Amino acid sequence: MSKTLFDKVWDSHVVRKIEGGPDIFFIDRHFIHEVTSPVAFLGLKSRGLKVLYPERTFATADHNTPTINQHLPVEDPLSANQLKALEDNSNEYGISHWGLGHQKNGIVHVVGPENGITFPGATIVCGDSHTSTHGAFGAIAFGIGTSEVEMVLSTQCIMQPKPKKMRININGQLGKGVTPKDVALYIISKLTTSGATGYFVEYAGDVFENMTMEGRMTVCNLSIEMGARGGMIAPDETTFAYLKDKPLSLKGEAWDTAVAHWKTLKTDADAKFDKELTFSASDIEPMITYGTNPGMGMGISKNIPNAEAVEGGVATYKKSLDYMGYHENDQMIGKKVDYVFLGSCTNGRIEDFRAFASIVKGRKKADNVTAWLVPGSHEVEALIKEEGILDIINEAGFVLRQPGCSACLAMNDDKVPAGKYAVSTSNRNFEGRQGPGSRTLLASPLVAAAAAVTGVVTDPRTLL
Amino acid sequence: MAYDKFNILTSTAVPLPLENVDTDQIIPARFLKATKREGFGDNLFRDWRYNNDNSPKESFVLNNPIYSGKILVGGKNFGSGSSREHAAWAVYDYGFRCVVSSFFADIFRNNCLNVGVLPVQVSAEFSEQIFNAIYDDPNTEIEVNLPNQTITLLSTGAQESFEINSYKKDNMLNGFDDIDYLQSMKSEIESFANGLLL
Repeated sequence: MSKTLFDKVWDSHVVRKIEGGPDIFFIDRHFIHEVTSPVAFLGLKSRGLKVLYPERTFATADHNTPTINQHLPVEDPLSANQLKALEDNSNEYGISHWGLGHQKNGIVHVVGPENGITFPGATIVCGDSHTSTHGAFGAIAFGIGTSEVEMVLSTQCIMQPKPKKMRININGQLGKGVTPKDVALYIISKLTTSGATGYFVEYAGDVFENMTMEGRMTVCNLSIEMGARGGMIAPDETTFAYLKDKPLSLKGEAWDTAVAHWKTLKTDADAKFDKELTFSASDIEPMITYGTNPGMGMGISKNIPNAEAVEGGVATYKKSLDYMGYHENDQMIGKKVDYVFLGSCTNGRIEDFRAFASIVKGRKKADNVTAWLVPGSHEVEALIKEEGILDIINEAGFVLRQPGCSACLAMNDDKVPAGKYAVSTSNRNFEGRQGPGSRTLLASPLVAAAAAVTGVVTDPRTLL
Repeated sequence: MAYDKFNILTSTAVPLPLENVDTDQIIPARFLKATKREGFGDNLFRDWRYNNDNSPKESFVLNNPIYSGKILVGGKNFGSGSSREHAAWAVYDYGFRCVVSSFFADIFRNNCLNVGVLPVQVSAEFSEQIFNAIYDDPNTEIEVNLPNQTITLLSTGAQESFEINSYKKDNMLNGFDDIDYLQSMKSEIESFANGLLL
């Protein structure tokens, strides 16, 4: 029978199907971090269970870590306690741990791929919804709850009903200044935040085929924001070239055998999807969000829609605009910006810093803007220095911070104050996401850079 | 985790008719720093429920004494966003045993089932009826019958059935969780793992 890419990977990981229930689903790679794992280890201990395959789990500290002075003890006692718990649990159960200060430390969805832990055809989970990032490699990757973290630790399996399948096709040439982030925000604006709930998405078409691995990661990362459990892209030469010679990638003959298998991981020509959508690349412009969920986005040159023009309840929509301090029909260009955040598992990789630098080069940071530039990992940080990007951003009046999730979810001190506007390259613009009362405009690194040097929402195409 | 068995729940309900209630609203990230599972109910809907000076916001439904009960009725796309199970823990810890919505986000629904909160998905029309019934009479009772998979507005007798897979249903009726089941499968899992390349 014809199969989709998703079917091929899913079906090969089902240990057993339960009649009228979920599949017992085997997990190849498991990432853990300090926030969603401590209670799972408590559960293990209270049941007297061991970690079945510690070599399949990888720990990194990222969610609550400070992004300055990482060599000093973490000041917040609660955060320090979680970091200590991650370290102690990893040591006790023999799990590889890249804690604060470790040269491989960084955001879980950045360090996994850059070290070759992620691979095509793998099943990957983490107690973090943006685990969907790893789908860029043709893996089935998705976020799980802490109860499931405990299941994976103790049995390397979770119990999941197989989701439905959706394919999103985009062909054509992306316009100037249009990045993978814009492609993703465009799709979400069309589907809404619940449009893909219950589905696993495959992205297909030459727009995705022509993307770099980092671009594909940005797109797959945001799959959860349209409600999908995850998204994936068929592995190809771009994928193999990225993974070859990564520290934990297979080597020699084992590599060749794996690549031969990975080449079979594509959707058969006559395979069926439960839902199929097609968009055109030429319709996509640099995007920005104006509301309090990632579906409330539009082309940067457009005006905020009327409540009646938007799917969903008018009361919810108006509450959202009230929170943002915006009105129907407002133009976004020229809106005041107080903060700019470049970073996160969505846009905290070297290509994102290159894009940011391409605009700020030879310009100056606007005086009214506080900017937080946070690399996704120490490796990204090292490349920023090596490629001369640090000099460019310093020259323009910006400073580089140290790696972590930072202001994306503001668990550390990187909090946007109440009422302030932040143009952020992260993934969620929910109320208070970047600090109580904060107001977030999601956008690409180019849009963030344009805002950072002009102090207002600015179309990056005018600066390229 | 261990949780109370769920059979038939008859209770008044708390209405929250907003759409896209995300898990950052249910439990903001800054309250995720505990290393234990208990106590999250205090911060359920923290920023909607309290002012910056920690005084209660009177306009928020959890601060309105006329609404109470073990059932939370939310708007469409309830629980979107982050995978934090802390959101489901907060709902449970506060005292809710059931969340009703016309549409649930995937991970939140899954998390609820794993921690003893029953997610009941109803039609948009029935959801509307429930909200109206609660607003007409905050003391109106709702019966959620897991064995029969029905939800009933006791004041009018209006009823709808809801879906739950038979495996999860058995778990909730008995207070079991997936780990108990998976432990019993261990040798099968190990032989599966032995056949894998990577």
